[in-house]
Amino acid sequence: MKQMEPKTFGSNQEMQDAEKNFLHRRHQRARLAQSVFQLTTLLAVIFLATLLVTVVNKSMGYVVVENKVDPSTLSDRPLSELNNTELAQMLRENLRKNRVRTLERAGFLEDQSQSTLVQLVETEIIQPEVVESYNLFPSLINSSKIKADAASTYPNAKVEFRYWLNGTLLTNSMASQPELAGVRSALLGSLQLILITILTAFPIGVGAAIYLEEYASHKSRINRLIQTNIDNLAGVPSIVYGILGLALFVRALQPFTSGALFGVDGQNGRTILSAGLTMALLILPILIINAQEAIRSVPDSLRQASYGLGATRWQTIWHHVLPGALPGILTGTILAISRAIGETAPLIVVGASTFITSDPTGPFSSFTALPIQIYNWTTRPQPAFQHIAAAAILVLLIALLSLNAAAILLRNRFAKRV
Amino acid sequence: MENTARITGKRTATAWKKPVSYNLQKKTRPTEAIIQAFLLFCGVVSILTTLGIVLELGKEAWLFFGDPEISVISFLTGTEWQPKIGKFGVLPLLNSTLITSVIAIVVALPLGIATAMFLSEYASPKMRSILKPILEVLAGVPTVVYGYFALTFMTPLLRGIFGNQNVDVYNMASAGLVMGIMILPLISSMSEDALSAVPRSLREAAYGLGATRLETALQVVLPAALSGIIAAFIIGVSRAVGETMIVAIATGSGPNFTFNPFNAAETMTGYIARISGGDLSYNTPDYNSIFAIGLLLFLVTFGLNILSRAISRRFREVYE
Repeated sequence: MKQMEPKTFGSNQEMQDAEKNFLHRRHQRARLAQSVFQLTTLLAVIFLATLLVTVVNKSMGYVVVENKVDPSTLSDRPLSELNNTELAQMLRENLRKNRVRTLERAGFLEDQSQSTLVQLVETEIIQPEVVESYNLFPSLINSSKIKADAASTYPNAKVEFRYWLNGTLLTNSMASQPELAGVRSALLGSLQLILITILTAFPIGVGAAIYLEEYASHKSRINRLIQTNIDNLAGVPSIVYGILGLALFVRALQPFTSGALFGVDGQNGRTILSAGLTMALLILPILIINAQEAIRSVPDSLRQASYGLGATRWQTIWHHVLPGALPGILTGTILAISRAIGETAPLIVVGASTFITSDPTGPFSSFTALPIQIYNWTTRPQPAFQHIAAAAILVLLIALLSLNAAAILLRNRFAKRV
Repeated sequence: MENTARITGKRTATAWKKPVSYNLQKKTRPTEAIIQAFLLFCGVVSILTTLGIVLELGKEAWLFFGDPEISVISFLTGTEWQPKIGKFGVLPLLNSTLITSVIAIVVALPLGIATAMFLSEYASPKMRSILKPILEVLAGVPTVVYGYFALTFMTPLLRGIFGNQNVDVYNMASAGLVMGIMILPLISSMSEDALSAVPRSLREAAYGLGATRLETALQVVLPAALSGIIAAFIIGVSRAVGETMIVAIATGSGPNFTFNPFNAAETMTGYIARISGGDLSYNTPDYNSIFAIGLLLFLVTFGLNILSRAISRRFREVYE
């Protein structure tokens, strides 16, 4: 509070006025500050909204599609009405012999399902190409202008509204044309990677938390060292873990991580296993800290009662402490996992490939992951890749939000019980 | 048999004949010991991780500095980073890391503290329950998404405001600003924890003396929570220095020794990401250099984290 300068007042009235003014100014300042604080907080909300709007804006909108071959020249009826023989005939007529042979490697064209054939005709012969794409807002506001522009610049092209987050994106793997590229192999890669991460990090993390909370005496120097070290590791940049993973898992333990030890023909250590283990090291500190908090929140009276009945330390932990702490531990684990899912930098360093067109086949296969794919598409110059990057971001955000929602639900249930 | 009889109270044939033995000696339980040893091992894994980081980074960095043409001094003071011609001066990379981090902190610190102030001193419980999850979501957005945001939103915005000729397509300002948004929730939540930890009695006393809310917040609560806020600031710096994806996407590739935030310049983390993402052969100076830079990065962030902890411990005002 400001010191009032000593002042002489002529009358009582004058003094009261001065005091009122002073109070008035103080209150004014307080009100002003309150609105400033409110505004900055609102700003944080605006940032989040802008971020989401930017992504959504990019993830749908008008596209101008030009076909290499006009479908009407192929047949006078729509493709979906043609039967298998006609479609196969069409493929044979329009494609080179070698290409047909490659396509027929699995079986005769005629034997494949009608929808597969229609898809083949579309990707092999018609080859639609997005020549121009618009974001959502321009598409909504200037729809007629966009259509007119497209008609004058690309007379043969068709304008359509496209949701980039569609079935093709989810079922296709990476491809060089943005219209056909998808996140399938990236999603599967992410899943397998996270599975390895959980299987390694969960037991070790919970074990370390139990040790630190239930066994370690806080006076011992080594235990204090472990605790400080964990707290500090939580703040180490993720890319440093990536470098550690590169040196340790990819190179030093190559026979193990490439699968050579198990008789798998792995070329190098840049595998899902290496990435999963690196990720496990990365989330371990977070997991331990969360689990410690959950274990600490179990009331001591439970432990005392258990000891009083003659239970050993481990019996007490296993039968009384862990069941009480489990919801908290699971919540913490889910949060740690959602961190691992979005983490990109360590995967780049450990050696995720960006052009993987087949599904990962297990822990020893080379891999790509969802954030890696987003990074790759973001850095490509073609605008259409920016659109599928936005769609892939939506997939990632939806996955993360549902994980977080699960964590919040768990937390609330836990909070009600205690 | 005897044991089961003692525990369950069932009288089996043998137990009936013999009197129950009361052996009150401490029983050795090998399983308990094994479990404890395993748990200790789990705890030690974290120490091994740190050792692993230091040893591996140190070993490879040693190889890098073992090259007769590269010395630690020229590495730390050189202003040119051109591995092709054997010039390894880390200053251009360090410089752009510092510029992006400073921009990020300039954005995040005032906003973060003001947000924390609002949440802890002004907001009603209901408002807090809405705002805190929003901040948590903002904190949970993957950094690659922030990178996308920087490239597709912030950069066009900056170029629109300052002109295309002044702002490069890839620039440090855009990455720094978005990085500020990224660390804002971190700083605000850490500061809010510090502010909330100040006991209520201090506020009540200030109100009782006639202070306004603002005066209480700024002159009573804030000084009391200062150590926590400084810790938040340092952690924020360490996050900004180590952030990779935003700078890898938005600041461009290619080291550039410049102080103009609208220019493209690669940061330390961006360089590591670019070099290790490409096809590179082991044991070349290029490859080894990422370990040297990684070691530098690790030492800086680890040091900042330790400093932050020390400050919050040493200068914490303990009440009651």
